[in-house]
Amino acid sequence: MTTKQKASITLPAPLAINGGEAVAYAMRQIDPEVVAAYPITPQTFIIERFSEYVADGLVSTEYINVESEHAALSACVGACAAGGRAQTATSGPGLALMFEIVWVASGMRLPLVMHLCSRALSAPLNILCDHSDAMAMRESSWIMMFGSNPQEAYDQAIVAPTVAEHPDVLLPFANVLDGFTVTHSVERVDVLPDEDAKSFVGEYEPERWALQPGGGATFGGLDANDFYFEHKRQQVEAMDNSLEVVRRQLDKYAELSGRKMSLVEEYLLDDAEVALVVLGSSEGMVRAAIDQARADGIKVGMLRVRLFRPFPVADVRKALSGVAAVGVLDRAIAFGAPANALMQDIVMATRTLPERPLLMDFVYGLGGRNTPKQMFREAIDHVVLAKEQGAEPESPAYLGLR
Amino acid sequence: MTLKLRELTEKTEQFGSGHALCAGCAEPVAVRQVLAALVNPPVVALATGCLEVATTRFPDTTWKVPVIHSAFENAATTISGVEAAYKALVRKGRMEPRPLTFLVFGGDGATYDIGFQWLSGALERGHKFIYVCLNNEGYMNTGIQRSSATLLGAWTTTTPAGDVRPGKLQWHKDMTRIIAAHNIPYVAQAAVHNWKDLMTKVRKAEAADGPAFINVITPCDRGWRFDTDKTMEVSRLMVESGLWPLYEVENGVWRMTGGGQKRRPVIDALKSQKRFSHITTNGDESVVAEIQRRVDAEWESLQQLCEMSARAESES
Repeated sequence: MTTKQKASITLPAPLAINGGEAVAYAMRQIDPEVVAAYPITPQTFIIERFSEYVADGLVSTEYINVESEHAALSACVGACAAGGRAQTATSGPGLALMFEIVWVASGMRLPLVMHLCSRALSAPLNILCDHSDAMAMRESSWIMMFGSNPQEAYDQAIVAPTVAEHPDVLLPFANVLDGFTVTHSVERVDVLPDEDAKSFVGEYEPERWALQPGGGATFGGLDANDFYFEHKRQQVEAMDNSLEVVRRQLDKYAELSGRKMSLVEEYLLDDAEVALVVLGSSEGMVRAAIDQARADGIKVGMLRVRLFRPFPVADVRKALSGVAAVGVLDRAIAFGAPANALMQDIVMATRTLPERPLLMDFVYGLGGRNTPKQMFREAIDHVVLAKEQGAEPESPAYLGLR
Repeated sequence: MTLKLRELTEKTEQFGSGHALCAGCAEPVAVRQVLAALVNPPVVALATGCLEVATTRFPDTTWKVPVIHSAFENAATTISGVEAAYKALVRKGRMEPRPLTFLVFGGDGATYDIGFQWLSGALERGHKFIYVCLNNEGYMNTGIQRSSATLLGAWTTTTPAGDVRPGKLQWHKDMTRIIAAHNIPYVAQAAVHNWKDLMTKVRKAEAADGPAFINVITPCDRGWRFDTDKTMEVSRLMVESGLWPLYEVENGVWRMTGGGQKRRPVIDALKSQKRFSHITTNGDESVVAEIQRRVDAEWESLQQLCEMSARAESES
């Protein structure tokens, strides 16, 4: 890792913290005006650690201990419309309870940030990781970015407000980190000096805000059939605009941190004949499976989608062009749909490639089911077989299902 | 703190003309009284409801003060966020401190029912704001359906008076006393026909050291079935019959206010509203008698609380 060394500033020593603590650390540096949250496993590390920062006077934040997740996001909407930077954090059922306000936040064009510690949706009750929660919000006009480890949870948290608040964007941002695998795993995390983080993030400077001296705007009013459609179309433009803003901000952040992040991350794709596509923390095991398969002479690579919304179609197309067969790893089921969520996106992204790869879908890791290397190796072997047979299976395969 | 009529007439109107509320609606009357009574400029949060949809249709707005609407149930939480942002922006030095009053308007649906949790949470957290419930005893915005504020026996579109059911079957929730049980500094019931009482309560609410709640009865001519010129008369009858006692709970002290209360039988108020015509004209007096019995009991309980407060005050 290369870091920019300043003459007068000593870089903070690397920390050994988990993903939840890494997010809280970033939130301390960002010092949002308002944080409102309701405890839910596995998000609790974030809000407990942040509460300590509040108790020790290390932030100026007004921390609101609300009585539900719906209220958490509602308070953020009020705070953000008022002119404050606002953040929350939640998981699975908490996001489900917020759902009405998920759409209100984006429809009101409020650039608040949510750290989503992904967790299965009930029923049956399950506190462990899958992407059912994140997939349920994928059409709600939030920018969604999946990190794969505590370092990225921190890095993405620092970048998030700068994307959301960009005048060409003004949309809420979900920093998605896998429940337990990221939130509870202690790893080395390199952090920016406080002043670097603060100057990178700056302050929220909205054009109109409810607390604006002399201001008198009406926020969140009623649209009849004469304006609603146009306002939704503007959200499409904002979402489209956000893609290049994300790219620019990740590049700017790399200059500061020395850590390069891209909209999609590639591993050994250059000469790959087959590939796996993945979201989130399973990346590590997928890489290990790829290393093993490579040792066996299989030309396989990996594409990890970091920016999930807006979906980076061009980047995905470019990365997968020339690959003969692709396995898509979905950690949530789109019940009754022709394909699961990530598969749907990959189908659409690759459909106009001159030589579209054969595609097959894998469902894995639901409700915290283990994701060992051997399981992904099995997926690679399936994809190799599909390539050899020149045929796409019609239905998804279920990895690790008993 | 004292209201001076001359000063009130000189205040700039902050709720404009051209809104789409019905002729005869009591809500804009209440809103104007509240806004005129405030000493500080307000920042308002609205719950979804008649007032919100009739005053914020894009690209127009009736409001000359900042207003935020987010959803039906969460206006108290919206204002929590605003109040929190204000504190933090001042603490950070990003904004000069200035006197502001954080204010919410919500209907009885938003207050008694769907938004009960959000309001209770915001009161417990102690945000400094005034919550004004515009209580028209039903979900009027969606077409006159029953709420937990609807009176026993009332016709609504979801409690129609039929051959076997005489309108609403349940007694209403006593929301004001539930709010008083949160032990916040100021709680009151008010009515639009008694503007001086209502506006004095708004002044007290604004001066309170913490959250304040004012429950305003806002007769709905469409839902209660009376002529559009009878709003103030119906409001007065609700108070004079004891169906809507005017009182306040100021720092735990219960006090009747406004005068002229409980000097008529409930039948006088019920007869002014055709939503009760099936129980006032069918010869069966049992529902009316039950309403009278419950009103008498609640009145007695309220008097006892006021007397206890008076005794405690005189002893201290």
